[in-house]
Amino acid sequence: MLNRRQLLILCGAWAATGFSFNGLIGSAQAGPRDARKRLAELTGGAELKKGRINITLPKVTDQGRFVPMRISVDSPMSENDYVKAIHVVAERNPTPEIASFHLSPANGKAQVSTRIRLLKTQVVVVAAEMSDGSVYLGKGRSKITGGAGGCG
Amino acid sequence: MMNEQVHVKVPHTAKKGEVIRVMTKLNHPMESGWRRRQNGEFVPKDLIGEFSCQFNGAEVFKAEFDSGTAGNPFLSFFVRVNQSGRFRFIWYGQNGEHYDKEADIEVS
Repeated sequence: MLNRRQLLILCGAWAATGFSFNGLIGSAQAGPRDARKRLAELTGGAELKKGRINITLPKVTDQGRFVPMRISVDSPMSENDYVKAIHVVAERNPTPEIASFHLSPANGKAQVSTRIRLLKTQVVVVAAEMSDGSVYLGKGRSKITGGAGGCG
Repeated sequence: MMNEQVHVKVPHTAKKGEVIRVMTKLNHPMESGWRRRQNGEFVPKDLIGEFSCQFNGAEVFKAEFDSGTAGNPFLSFFVRVNQSGRFRFIWYGQNGEHYDKEADIEVS
């Protein structure tokens, strides 16, 4: 017979391994830790500073399979100071990778729009690599209310 | 190659040094590999891995995609134009196929 403490520990372990999602998605669910690991791989383990990134995502959306996203980075985009790359990862998709964009001074403005998939309500993490080697981090959140999520 | 699936939007004219917005979209399912069929098998991945935009032969923008990009991938970005020329938009699939389209711009 389990006592109360053992039962609580077991419940915690079950929650930590991730609740199965309607039986559609198995144990392949990635967590925020995988997202951070992936981001560190992409940026080469540089120190992540805050600021300079603006992410526009819908606060609430019905359709996780088409979420419009706009990223703009505060940068003059001159020959000496420009955004080299923008990496985007999701914290709670089955795989964290979304996209990477490579820019140059020829762009004139560091702004990119695209459409992404979000399986459920979650945080999207964006890292911007500058030409001087520094890396900035930004976050955006979107609530997905649709039943099927971004799976379709 | 198969360019009827690529849609592009580039202004016809611009002033010298102007920063213009270009948009492009590809009709493609971008199968993520997360979905299962009714018999429990995963639907195999079928993604567009890379996108490249060239202006007069020089690459001005590049993107890499993965499962998190939505189907019918859409991109909008900015380019500074200093001379008239031709944009070329190329989407590379994971199985070696590619889709491209060109658009001209006149800079005064």
